[in-house]
Amino acid sequence: MIAVIDYKAGNLTSVMKALTALGAAAQITEDAAVVRAAERVVLPGVGHFAATARLRETGIEGAVREVIARGVPFLGICVGLQWLFEGSTESEATAGIGAMRGCCARFPEPHKVPHVGWNTLAAAPESRLLAGLPAQPFVYYTHSYRAPVIRETVGVTQYAGPFSGAVERGNLFGVQFHPEKSGDAGLQVLRNFLAVPGC
Amino acid sequence: MLTKRIIACLDVTAGRVVKGVRFVDLLDAGDPAELAHRHAAAGADEIVLLDITATHEGRKTLLDTVARTAREIFVPFTVGGGVRTAEDAAALFDAGADKISVNSAAIADPSLIGAVGSSFGSQAVVVAIDARRGSEDVEVAEVYVNGGRKPTGRKVLDWAREAEERGAGEILLTSMDADGTRKGFDCELTAAVGSALRIPVIASGGAGNAQHFVDVFRAGCADAALAASIFHFGIADVRELKQELANQGVPVRLPC
Repeated sequence: MIAVIDYKAGNLTSVMKALTALGAAAQITEDAAVVRAAERVVLPGVGHFAATARLRETGIEGAVREVIARGVPFLGICVGLQWLFEGSTESEATAGIGAMRGCCARFPEPHKVPHVGWNTLAAAPESRLLAGLPAQPFVYYTHSYRAPVIRETVGVTQYAGPFSGAVERGNLFGVQFHPEKSGDAGLQVLRNFLAVPGC
Repeated sequence: MLTKRIIACLDVTAGRVVKGVRFVDLLDAGDPAELAHRHAAAGADEIVLLDITATHEGRKTLLDTVARTAREIFVPFTVGGGVRTAEDAAALFDAGADKISVNSAAIADPSLIGAVGSSFGSQAVVVAIDARRGSEDVEVAEVYVNGGRKPTGRKVLDWAREAEERGAGEILLTSMDADGTRKGFDCELTAAVGSALRIPVIASGGAGNAQHFVDVFRAGCADAALAASIFHFGIADVRELKQELANQGVPVRLPC
């Protein structure tokens, strides 16, 4: 079973729909015990970084740290990716879990914000999450803050400079774009995530 | 590189897509789910479904249509028409919309923009503006509501700025002057709104050929353009339109 974490920050219908279309059994949950027992975990996210504070309050954060340490395949989407970093200037008072080094920051002036639309992703050939994609697939973004390019970055997108479109370390994955809204390329990313051997 | 989006728009009433020059001469053009799927397969970057009658009785039919259409669509899906309250919006998100578009109701109660945005994120809120200026300057362009029938006395540029401040994620700007003419978008108005804001602007109204899209992306500085009836008038599909744009050097998502 795949746990799709609900932290009351937006709409989970599209993520559930895409997972279901790929034949996965997914369940929306706010329960740390369900997250601990899941074979895979997805942390979607649209909205404000401050909303992730709820993950701490509900005990989900502890469960997430635990499953990541055990090597359970974990995918953070959008704000879900940003939360893997140390924090975001969107909400200085809210820390991320620091599984990835660095801090997320807003796109600078004079660029249009949010960055909305289809942009290319330069995909690292060794990435398991991005396997089977063309070298420069188009993926759909909608966000105002972005994560820096770090050692774990496996997909780079250019908008006001380079940022992390996808990160990967072992079974820990994050994407800033929306795979559930990125057509065939996005479905391939989700398919890859579902195919990663669990622990 | 961030590409220019081509958004396919489906005007829907009573669960069917209708075509025609807005409200006159409506012809049945098919099933929304089927057409949305076809447009997405042909490379549409986004699908907009607009409930053009938006009656209270039609609401349940609309939700069914949205759910059915959303099921097979894996590109962004926006629904508009008759969204009056945050509850209306929530019902559409539950049915599978990724974004909702608000128009008349946001003019009547601008706090609706923030109310929807605070629950679903500002990226999920598109503020649709119907603009009319006749042969006047863009500064005097006026906002119309109720399907373009009722003037509000508000200036388009002022309202667009307020919508951005209140948390709109994008502006869908329709020129009532150009709409239905097939003589091209109002590039001047689109550029004026775009340069006054930092959020993306989607141009709508007036498309008749591929060159019109090139113009609105270049001279109009639009981030996206809405294509509705153009596919009934000679351009086969989104792929053909995008191919033509690519030939002219406009960055678009291809192959798609």
